[in-house]
Amino acid sequence: MISGITVKNRSVREPVMRWVFTVSALTAVLAVGLICVFLFAGGFPAIGKIGVLKFLTGTVWKPTYDDFGILPMIVGSLYVTAGAILLGVPVGIFAAVFMAKVCPKPLYGFMKPALDLLAGIPSVVYGFFGIVVLVPFVRNTFGGDGSSMVTASLLLGIMILPTVIGITESALRAVPDELYEGAVALGASHERAVFGVVLPAAKSGVMAAVVLGVGRAIGETMAVKMVAGNQTVLRAPDEFLKGVRTLTANVVLEMGYAEGLHREALIATGVVLFVFILLINLLFSALKKERTE
Amino acid sequence: MKMRKIKDLTLRGLTWLCAGVTAAMLLFLLAYILLKGVPHIKPSLFALHYNSENVSLFPALVITVLTVALSLLIAVPLGVFAAVYLAEYAKRGSRFVRLVRTTAETLAGIPSILYGLFGSLFFVAWLGWGYSLLAGSCTLAIMILPLVMRTTEESLKAVPDSYREGAFGLGAGKLRTVFRIILPAAAPGILAGIILAIGRIVGETAALIYTLGNTADVDPSRGLFTSGRTLSMHMYSLANNALYTDQAYATAVVLLVVVIGINALSAFLAKKIVKR
Repeated sequence: MISGITVKNRSVREPVMRWVFTVSALTAVLAVGLICVFLFAGGFPAIGKIGVLKFLTGTVWKPTYDDFGILPMIVGSLYVTAGAILLGVPVGIFAAVFMAKVCPKPLYGFMKPALDLLAGIPSVVYGFFGIVVLVPFVRNTFGGDGSSMVTASLLLGIMILPTVIGITESALRAVPDELYEGAVALGASHERAVFGVVLPAAKSGVMAAVVLGVGRAIGETMAVKMVAGNQTVLRAPDEFLKGVRTLTANVVLEMGYAEGLHREALIATGVVLFVFILLINLLFSALKKERTE
Repeated sequence: MKMRKIKDLTLRGLTWLCAGVTAAMLLFLLAYILLKGVPHIKPSLFALHYNSENVSLFPALVITVLTVALSLLIAVPLGVFAAVYLAEYAKRGSRFVRLVRTTAETLAGIPSILYGLFGSLFFVAWLGWGYSLLAGSCTLAIMILPLVMRTTEESLKAVPDSYREGAFGLGAGKLRTVFRIILPAAAPGILAGIILAIGRIVGETAALIYTLGNTADVDPSRGLFTSGRTLSMHMYSLANNALYTDQAYATAVVLLVVVIGINALSAFLAKKIVKR
């Protein structure tokens, strides 16, 4: 079992393997360190050359003219994420209440694997589904050319459902039964006890679910890129039938051929996304801490 | 009183509706792709070589298997050993443990495009591996590491302490206890986690485009340094090309079947632990 070193002596083997285990545990730390170093070192020079303000608040992205403003993409990411949350979270919370408090047992045996599968479907398949179903649907119902902010939000809204439902459900289950029973004993109906007492008690868990949903939505790349249109134009919120480009799409669209400052600016785009993600992670662990305390 | 009853019924109805919408969405997606794709599954789709007339998915299938194997080869020992450290050796709540846990959680939250970006900066450019199987697999190994670590740690913790006490009581050393008693007892859970990791690798695209490259055919003579594309990447290329819509449907079916199979296997193993 213990390959490589065939040390017969236990007094040597024990500390050696202990050391191997410790080093293995270090790889996660090492990986995060390397990711930070390489992303920041790759992106900061470009931000320096372009200028922080010009990079973050510039509204024109035209690499051939050395215009590198990523505000349209920052805003684009925020729009589609907000849209996904708006669509996915209410549905997700109600569905989670269903899973935890309403669902008849035989049906649960079908719903749980269904949600796991929904989480397991590759994002390219979602993207393809978006292209062949959602894009024509949006084009025919709302107008525009179909590849738009609202299409991306719709698709992301579906994609974050398993995350939102899963975490909310376990938060609901973690609420002590006494709370529910107490409410019912005081004369509350099942629904009133669940929505008035249990759900509020699970508040930080629900918040954690939303935060994780935000993280998934803002980081999703392929599916969004396939349905969002990807125009680098700064949109107003009411232009939701027009195309937007997200930070993630910006990287994946142009990284293949970019050189020089353009390439560095794309890495810097990744850095901006990374900072968003780190903030979201921080928020998530704060919420988790609140839950365990 | 009547108002309240209506409100209750509405709320209950909404939970049914939302759960129903979610399930319906999944069924619709599956049915749509299966109905459109199954008629286009032909033997030629599995031809040995890819060309623009016959966009065979076979080379992509081979690369997928190789990528899965190589990524697991790197990530599973590291992840399992790290989990053994956390569950069996570390002092609970020590600073090092907190650091490892925090970084693992950070890794789990990083979106795949950033892994791709990092992989292309580090493995492809800095280490000079180019777009290659090795660079892609190393990138994915880091990506699945937190998943393997977390599921393994949970399975190790689920092994009752009496197993450990029994082994120690019979005079087994710590290491012997870990390898002969605890790891075998935790095996189904660890395996379920590994299978979930396989699912993530099979479904991954963004992390691979700029690490594995995105070439349709494979060059076996270059070994680990051949570029290529996995099934998901193949699917992505087909989906973006209006010429190959039929083949894209068929490829989507194959991808879905693989993912559903992986999910079922993982659920089966997970159930096995609960039973015990």
